[in-house]
Formats: sequence, C-alpha cells, structure tokens
Amino acid sequence: MRKSTLALMAAAALPFSLVACTEKSTASDGDVIVTATDDSCDISATTGTTGKTTFQVTNNGSKVTEFYVFAEGDRAMGEVENIGPGLQRQLIVTLPEAATYQLACKPGMVGTGIRQDFVVTGDSQAATDESGQLAEAADGYRRYIRSQIVALQDTTAQFVAAIQAGNIEQAKALFPIARTYYERIEPEAESFGELDPKLDLREADLEPGQVWTGFHRLEKDLWVTGIQPDTNAVADQLKVDIAYLADQVNAADYSIDPTKIAGDAQGLLDEISTSKISGEEDIFSHTDLWDFQANVDGSQAAIAALNPILQERNPELAQRISDRFADLDATLAQFRIGDGFVFYDTVTEAQRQELSRKIDALSAEVSQVQEVVAGQ
Amino acid sequence: MADSSEGSSVPENSAPQGLSRRRLFGAVGAGAVLAGAGAVVGRVTADNGNSADHDDVVAFRGDHQAGISTPAQDRMHFVAFDVTTKSRDELIALLQTWTAMAERMTKGEEATEDGATGDGPYAPPSDTGEALDLAPSQLTLTIGFGPSLFDDRFGLADKKPAALLDLPHFRADNLDPNRSGGDIAIQACANDPQVAVHAIRNLARVAFGTASVKWSQLGFGRTSSTSTTQATPRNLFGFKDGTANIKAEDPEVLNEHVWVNAVDDQEWMAGGSFLVARRIRMLIEQWDRAVLKEQEAVIGRDKRSGAPLGGKDEFDELDLDSKVGHDFVIPADSHVRLASAQELGGIQILRRGYNFTEGSDGFGHLDAGLFFVAYCRNPVEQFVPMQQNLSRHDALNEYIQHVGSAVFACPGGLSSGSYWGSTLFT
Repeated sequence: MRKSTLALMAAAALPFSLVACTEKSTASDGDVIVTATDDSCDISATTGTTGKTTFQVTNNGSKVTEFYVFAEGDRAMGEVENIGPGLQRQLIVTLPEAATYQLACKPGMVGTGIRQDFVVTGDSQAATDESGQLAEAADGYRRYIRSQIVALQDTTAQFVAAIQAGNIEQAKALFPIARTYYERIEPEAESFGELDPKLDLREADLEPGQVWTGFHRLEKDLWVTGIQPDTNAVADQLKVDIAYLADQVNAADYSIDPTKIAGDAQGLLDEISTSKISGEEDIFSHTDLWDFQANVDGSQAAIAALNPILQERNPELAQRISDRFADLDATLAQFRIGDGFVFYDTVTEAQRQELSRKIDALSAEVSQVQEVVAGQ
Repeated sequence: MADSSEGSSVPENSAPQGLSRRRLFGAVGAGAVLAGAGAVVGRVTADNGNSADHDDVVAFRGDHQAGISTPAQDRMHFVAFDVTTKSRDELIALLQTWTAMAERMTKGEEATEDGATGDGPYAPPSDTGEALDLAPSQLTLTIGFGPSLFDDRFGLADKKPAALLDLPHFRADNLDPNRSGGDIAIQACANDPQVAVHAIRNLARVAFGTASVKWSQLGFGRTSSTSTTQATPRNLFGFKDGTANIKAEDPEVLNEHVWVNAVDDQEWMAGGSFLVARRIRMLIEQWDRAVLKEQEAVIGRDKRSGAPLGGKDEFDELDLDSKVGHDFVIPADSHVRLASAQELGGIQILRRGYNFTEGSDGFGHLDAGLFFVAYCRNPVEQFVPMQQNLSRHDALNEYIQHVGSAVFACPGGLSSGSYWGSTLFT
C-alpha cells in the first residue's frame, strides 16, 4: 500500500466518476411545458429556436402516455416513454434546423398520438464545434448505419429466398446472419416509429389479435411449427419493411445528434442486459450470441465514431471503455465455433453470469459518454 | 447502562430500562458509551417529527465498526460481492470510494455531493435519489472480507486469519451455492428499509467492473436485541429471540467473545470481529400446525413471556437441571438448552439476525425464515461447536433448513482518514 494513494481521497482522484463537474440543472423560462391528459396535449409554446429545447411533460391523465418530438417523416428526434399518471418527465432534444416539427402525446401508448406543430426558427445548429469533430462523429456514425443497412438488405434477401425455395437448413443458417446487421443498428431502427415491432417483435410481446410479422415469426416457423400458409408472405413483408428502413436512413436529411450516438451505444448494451442474457430474444433458435455480438459491435461502432472527442476530452474514459470492450469481446470469442457461435442453450448459468458482469462493467463506463459529448 | 470506564455489566435479570435512545445517547459524546463507531450521536434536525430512531446518526468511525454492537436497527439489507477485477489497485480504489460514500450516507447525505441531481443533464446521476429527504435512520454500513478474497489474486494469502474458513458441512445443511460465500460482504442496517436498500444499491452500482453482487438478502425485522435498552423482539416462530444475547453494555463480554484482539492472530483484525451469516428457511407451515406445548418444548421457553420453561420472567436463568419425572423441565433437545453457554462450556456469540420472507416456494408455502447473522471472536471455536451441537440434537431441526452460509472477517473500526480495509492492504 503506497501511502500516497491514501492522500487521494480528494474527489478529483476518485475513480468511478464520483465528481460532479457540472452545474445543477434547473427548469428555466425557456422550457416548454407539456400537459397531457387522456384526450388532450397542451403545450405552453408552439415556436422555438434551433438548438437544445427542454420539454417538461406532466401526465394528468389516467393512462400511461408517451411524448415524442417528430421531425418530418415521423422520425423521432426524442421521446419519453412510459409516463405514468401523475408523473412528470423531462426531455431535452436538440432541434438542429429551422423547420416545422411535431409534438405528440400518446395516451395509452397507441395510435399516432395527439399532434401539434412546433415551428423552429434560427440558425442551423448542426453540430459545429471548432474542430468540426461533432459533425464528423455524426457523419461517421451515419455512414456506419448506412453500411449496415446495405448488408441487412442483402442478407435478408438471401434469407427470404432460402425460405421461399423450401431450403430450411440454409434459411436457418442465414437467420442469425441477417439479424446481425439489424441488431447492430437497432436503436436507429427504433427511432422510426412502428418499424421495430414489425421487424423484431417476439412472441412474448404480442398482444391478443396483433398480427405477428418479422424475424421472430419466421424463426418460429423454421424451428418449431414448420412452414405455414402465410410464411412466404411474412418473408416478403420483412423485405418490404427493411426496404422502408433503408429509405429512411438513406434520405438526404437523415442526421444523427452526437449525444444520441452515445445514447445508442448505451441502448445497445441495455438490449443485451434485458433480453439477450436471459435467452429470451431467440427463444426458438437459440442464436442469441449472434445478436449479443452484433449489439456489442454496434455499441463499439458508436463509441468509435465519438472516439476523437473522447480522446481529447477524457482519454482515461476512452481507455477504460476500450479495455472493457476488448475484455467482453475476448469472453464472447470463447463461444465462437466456425463462422458463428454455439447455441445459447448450451451456455451455462455461470457463463451467462460472467457475460452479464462484463456487460455491467462496460455499461457503467459507456453511461458516462453522453456527458462528455454534450460538453457539460 | 454501563459506562465503558467502569466496565460493569448489567445483571442478567434486569429488565430493559425502557429509556428512549435520545435520553441515553443524545447528551453524551461519541466514545462515552460505545467507544466511537456504533455510538448513536444525537442530531439536531429541523424537520418533521420523525422519531429519534430516524433522526439519529450512528458514528461511522471509531474503535470498532458500527453495526456490530450498535443497538440492532429494525431493517437490514445484506449483500455479498465477488471481486471481478484482478487488479489490487482497482480493488483498493473501490474500497476507498465505498468508504467515502458510506460515510456520507450514514450521515443521511447523498452518496456523492449533490449526486442525485447535480451531475448535469447528460450524466447518469451518481446518487440514485430514493433516499432524498429521508432521515439517517441510524444507518450503519459494516464490511467484511470472505475467505475467498485471500487467495493469490491480491497478494493477501499471508494476511488470512486462521479462523477465516468456510464453515464445515453441518448435518442436514442444504446450501444453495448462489446464496453462500462471497469475497466481500456489506451489511446495511437502518430503521428505514429504503435507507438500507439505497445504501447497498449505490455501493453496488459503483462497483460494476470491479466487484459484482453474488447474493443479497433483505431482512424486515430484527430478531435480536443487542442492547439492554431494547425489548426482545420475536422471530417468525413467534418466540422472543436473543434474550440471552450479548449486549452492547457488556464491554468485558464483548472483549472476550466478540472483538478480535491484536494478539489473536492477524494484526489487521484488531478490534474487528468475524461475521457468520446463515440463511435459515423456516418451515412455518409445519410449525404453525404444531400445538403450543410442542412449540414451547422445542424452543424451551414460554411463548408469551419468553421465560425459560420452569421460570417466571424472560430474563430468569435457565434451570437446566430440574426434572419432572424422568424428563428435564427444559427438554434435552430444546433449542435454548443446546445453544446455551452452560451447555457449550461458556461459548457466547453476538446474534444480530433478521426475519425475511421472499415470495413462495411453488408448493403453496411462503419462503420465510431467519437470516441469522452473528459476530464472534473466532468462528471455529465459537460458532462451529455451537452449530454442531444444534445440527445434531436440536428439536427445531424438524422445522428449519439451512440454505445459505457465509463467513467474513470484519476489520476493526476506522480511524480518521483510513478506509475500509486499509489495515489489510497496508
């Protein structure tokens, strides 16, 4: 024990980011007050300026509601879900361009919501710091998203062709591969409204009467029930829905807020914690480890896009994240076999616990990135 | 109420004084009663009519760790960690961080300065916030190190106390490995369950990457009194538990049976104690079908008064010799007899257990029982012979099952500027 480390009880030397290095955030006059009920969505302002806008959302209704800020084409610029009756939630959204956005409350979390225009004026705030690093990060991550979409369309086309040719074994082999390109960018897909449920809903998530489409419906056909009368149609629909996703991310005005990149990196890790570790995601095929790796890849790509900023502003954090990713990748590598992975039902409880711990360790670091990027 | 300078002990048959803790402790400085840590320090708060039990702060630093001889609080959240890092420096850094957070939280403060809301909009708050506006509630946080920490990972092999061994298998043990062992334990006790849970939650989340929760246990009601100021509480069998327990007011007894002496073995354990934890499932449905006479014969005490069978008052001495016909008044296989110091050649331990119930077992029964926590100077010489005697002969075994087990070495108290485990990592 070196005595010198004892002297490091000063806050600045504490690890684990125990140091509050920002000013307390308080609601300010510029905030937009949103008052939601079961049949109304009142907003205190219908206009704003480019840059960050803070929405204070209160649910005075009896149903759980959601609040969205949509840009054109129903692309969510920000959203708060699961606002219970009587609860207040805050949403900070960067609205970069002078444009007409839409604010929406969704009482009961169904339908298109109660919408109103929100007209934003002012100079474009598309991220411009002195070095242009933020813009570069956004461009880089966008390029990554677009490249994954290309691969997703290709592999999905092969997957669908195998199904429709009756080539079950080939289809089974292609299933986790096509999914990989989706799982790498899932948070972005989730930002396009109702697309993610069409593509990725699990049987456990179905509501009575809901039509089940997407990857997991086909998974059940391939592994459990056999080809059904409507299997081919479901496979065709999968291609259509992915084509729609491709149109969205390839649109000229598709941009990504740099702080959202860090949010995606975190969201992908949370995906693993919530549904991959337990084996719930690919419950029929047990191909969870492909998804697991894809989530890790996507998270790593998002962080990579931010790396120049991280390196400049907090190189220690960048290094810790890099080390944790390497550690997790090494652990996952133990389960590789051939071009893929072992099936998840062969992964023991102790091994799952180890994976979960590595995810927790990595997530704890990644959760600090947004603050660094936001420059707070 | 003994003063530590006199070292007198309270006669066994004296009833609890019934004084409020504020009257007992509020006027004296830390050290006058319990030598620092564990002493309750009166606190002036400008609030809300909370009872003294909630307003009081228990000193974090002192000769001994708080949470051992501290008068047992009403609630507990206990957690055992596996250390996942291989780096000694990272482990030390975590212990230092934990210490800073723990000391703040025991005062009723946020785990970090303004951590619940002051870290800015783009950082996850460094305090989870659910204890905001809650009183300190006599929160104590007590750390212990398990046998597995003293392997070759952190260079601690030669610091391992000889008495720090996994407990041997006792008859009828049915231990779940996922509820047993651990490298490090932290016991949080408080009079408000949310305060205890908040403390453990914040310590656990800051450990990600360095240590990971192996198992944890909530306790909702203390089952032992550890001070003559406290009435004896009841366990889920409905019996008073801990009548003959070691009390905080007996410094000589504590020194003999609870606190480790510097000359015992490892110097870093001076002033510390060994913690034994056993998760004991109570088969309460079977127990609840037993007639009163059977229940009292199994325990060896009167259910309402807590008096030993044949006695009048709770604190009467056990009469282990009297018989009615061929049978002892206090039956040969009764729990109180088999666990008594008389029967065990003078062995005593400080019990500090809690009731629990957690869901059900799938067969229509509650998963309920006693989370047994005891502190002693040497578990090999104290707890092991006691439990061997009980596991072989105790009539209560028909109604209980030991399902979790762990033992930890809890270092002595913290002096100013030191951190949890600083004596171990020197």
